[in-house]
Amino acid sequence: MKTSSIIRRIGLMLAAVCALSGRACAQSQPSATYALTHAKIFTLAGSAIEDGTLLIRDGKIAAVGVGIEVPAEAQVIDAKGLQVYPGIFDSITQMGLREIGAVSATVDSTETGNYNPDVVAAAAVSPSSEHIPVTRAAGITEVLAVPGGGGFDSNGSGGVIGGQASAIHLAGWTIDEMLIKKSAAMVLNWPEIETHTFDLTTFSRKEKPFSEAKQEYDKQVNEITDWVERARHYALAMEKGSAARYDRDLKLEALAPVVRGELPLLVFADRSREIRNAVEFCDKQGLRMILAGGSEAYKVKDLLRSKSVPVILRPLLTLPLDEDDSYDRLLSQPAELAAAGVKFAFASFDNSFARRLGQNAANAVAYGLPYDEALKAVTLYPARIFGLDGQIGTLEQGKIANLIVTNGDPLELTTDVMYLFIRGQRTSMDNRHLRLYEKYSKRPKAQ
Amino acid sequence: MRISKVLNAHGLGTLFLGLLGVLCLGYFPRSASAANPPDAAAVILIRNATILTVSHGTIERGSILIKDGKIAEVSQSINAPKDAQVIDAAGQFVMPGIIDCHSHIAAESINEGSVSVSSMVNMAEILNPEDIDIYRDLAGGVTAANILHGSANAIGGQTLVIKLRWGQPAAKLPFEGALPGIKFALGENPKRSNFSIPGQPRRYPSTRMGVEETIRSAFSEARDYQKSWQDYGKRLAAGEKNLIPPRRDLRLEPLVEVLEGKRYVHSHCYREDEILMLLRVAKEFGFKVRTFQHVLEGYKVADELATAGVGASTFSDWWAYKVEAYDAIPYNAALMTRRGVVVSINSDDAEEATHLNQEAAKSMKFGGLSHDEALKMVTLNPAVQLGIDNRVGTIDVGKDADLAIYNHDPLSAYAVVQKTLIDGRVYFDRQRDTAEHSEREKEKKALIDKFKKSAEKKPEDKKPDATVPILQKPAEKKPGEKKPEEKKPEKNPGPPLESAAPVLPGGER
Repeated sequence: MKTSSIIRRIGLMLAAVCALSGRACAQSQPSATYALTHAKIFTLAGSAIEDGTLLIRDGKIAAVGVGIEVPAEAQVIDAKGLQVYPGIFDSITQMGLREIGAVSATVDSTETGNYNPDVVAAAAVSPSSEHIPVTRAAGITEVLAVPGGGGFDSNGSGGVIGGQASAIHLAGWTIDEMLIKKSAAMVLNWPEIETHTFDLTTFSRKEKPFSEAKQEYDKQVNEITDWVERARHYALAMEKGSAARYDRDLKLEALAPVVRGELPLLVFADRSREIRNAVEFCDKQGLRMILAGGSEAYKVKDLLRSKSVPVILRPLLTLPLDEDDSYDRLLSQPAELAAAGVKFAFASFDNSFARRLGQNAANAVAYGLPYDEALKAVTLYPARIFGLDGQIGTLEQGKIANLIVTNGDPLELTTDVMYLFIRGQRTSMDNRHLRLYEKYSKRPKAQ
Repeated sequence: MRISKVLNAHGLGTLFLGLLGVLCLGYFPRSASAANPPDAAAVILIRNATILTVSHGTIERGSILIKDGKIAEVSQSINAPKDAQVIDAAGQFVMPGIIDCHSHIAAESINEGSVSVSSMVNMAEILNPEDIDIYRDLAGGVTAANILHGSANAIGGQTLVIKLRWGQPAAKLPFEGALPGIKFALGENPKRSNFSIPGQPRRYPSTRMGVEETIRSAFSEARDYQKSWQDYGKRLAAGEKNLIPPRRDLRLEPLVEVLEGKRYVHSHCYREDEILMLLRVAKEFGFKVRTFQHVLEGYKVADELATAGVGASTFSDWWAYKVEAYDAIPYNAALMTRRGVVVSINSDDAEEATHLNQEAAKSMKFGGLSHDEALKMVTLNPAVQLGIDNRVGTIDVGKDADLAIYNHDPLSAYAVVQKTLIDGRVYFDRQRDTAEHSEREKEKKALIDKFKKSAEKKPEDKKPDATVPILQKPAEKKPGEKKPEEKKPEKNPGPPLESAAPVLPGGER
């Protein structure tokens, strides 16, 4: 007893020390007025501005253009030879929800059970996650923290309805400061027809007849339908003010904005059959759908375009699904989707690989996607897809000043981010990796 | 798991058609042109190329003459011999073929995970020349790979270096003359930290202390075994009659080879302390560690690595997928290089191997290596680490004509491989691959239509049960075995792709 309480006390002390040390410097500086001058500014809302000025005040972009007067109180950053872009938006991550994948104590991305519409990412995002400064040093200024949609992790799979994804800035002392939108999408992992499963008790693969797998699939789809129907009734009751006659149901309450068409479903599916079924389901039910994954989106591109379903594409740095797919199947898909008029964005679907987002977008360009489309697919398009383009995504007056100043193409591997602004505040690029690098660079030569 | 995806892949909705899709799988990789590499012209001239020699700078608009699979001449301008096949590489970049110092492609299985010392098993015996990942990596400019056993054991299986000669039988894959290796593993994987098999007791070792003792104990035995053969040899030489030779021990033989410098040790590791531990054990028993693999905390003990003369083969920027990867930093390669360690950047993953050129480029951003230093990370340095730098790794006269041709500077995210040559043969050609794509699709459709027709005639074939045995047949790749041991570092996590994959024993990282 005594020992355990001592250990607990030491643990608390350690936690307190961790919380105090090193974190403060990584956070934003107090709000101020900034002027970026002589920069090449890629607003993504028109053509690039040469030798332009961008003015930041009270967290917003106050002005952008040529010959803008710089107020006396502004901190001036001469960005001659540098380029300014909107911050990069990684629209599927488990940022703040998962620190070390293999250690379940650090994993909060996946709740137990199959239907958890009421759980919200923002409730568990740790503002002190080491992933946040590492990620923003790559020019990523905001992300969607997605629960239960990252697939299998050390807590298991994400179930069917995984919870609500939150859009967050990658800077802030608390989650309240970080929040862009608490509930930006509802995660739905569309079921699959699985004819093969893995049995952990015997450690072997189990075959299942198709008919049986199909039955299970249908059962799950029926369950989803049932949830939607019940949510619809519940929402109706809420509307008529008669919800009081029901027992309050937090899960159905959470689904109400979905059935009202206010909150999009972020539907994870990769195979064309599942994508098609999901699109038809959402269409029939009148639900707004955003497809996530979409490895075979090219097979149903006409359907996706005609139903205006945007896609958050799985990283291109992934092997093709099938052995007889072309080796560049995933790499060339974005160009094909763009040509077909399907709207899409890139995302890392991860934390530690979030900084590969630009690399993914550039790879799509290497395989035929126009460069501007690739750049917008990690800035403006994800903002638009999640209905945040009124706030972020371009460099326009009145928008939140989430932006990066680089020494080159932000998608290229060797480009450095020179300055980073989040919510209009100049934000440090210090991070765990840089600190370790500096520390061990200074190690005296071993004897 | 993959097979069900494959079935679903074709979106055919019914079992028997899905089954056909599966059958196609067995067929198509072989029908691809790459399966039958064209007999190369004996003489090839690549000209007008930017040649990244790695050993002696960059030659603008230069030429490379290839004769009988070897580089015969490298210079500014070479006149095409009469019978030469000419590759005009105007605007393109030629670099030495990429060498992946840590790969698990072309293997039927990865881990013999039942015991803590599995030195008796050998990757050379389970090569699968039809693994499609060979072709995919070839399309990423990779020409040679170090095929390693997994990291489930303190001392794992025997390993070998292959060339990615897609379309050739297994016997043609090994890199001739390359010294064989053996996989060691330290830390979380051999101590089985991140998973367990329900119903099975814990296996020794389960601490880093036990990992050290497992290795020491195995080498103690190996020394005794070595001595028993040496004694036998001596007595035989002395003319003793009626001697009985010692009983062969297939587990200890490879360890004796390690002691005698005939087999390289490639050791998986993460933490600084375990790196130094193995160096101490190696010193105690008088063997060399050839490379540390992953070695994500190598930057903390870079001087010790340099002093020991051991190579370090690491990832570009992976981190945080487990505790021992929490101090991993993308500056690792550059920091170790600056302290005099020979460093390579590897894949450990069939997908990662398709863009090792890009991964190498990151060492310029993180730590400021030069263009040439970055290129060496995936060419000359892994060649040195594998002891094959007399044959490959640079573009020099006399070396094997193993080359990758890109449309841009390969240290860019915009570069795409146009051709990959091994031994002077074009094993991958992007134009040819693209041109044959529609043919492959046509052929696949024809097969599916044919099957549809025959299925309509014989409705009894539609019975699901009838298909089960056939479904099991084309298990060409069993991801369950291949991506085994612990979770992938969730590089590309995704519900449908990996979600059903449980945490399996085996593996990597």
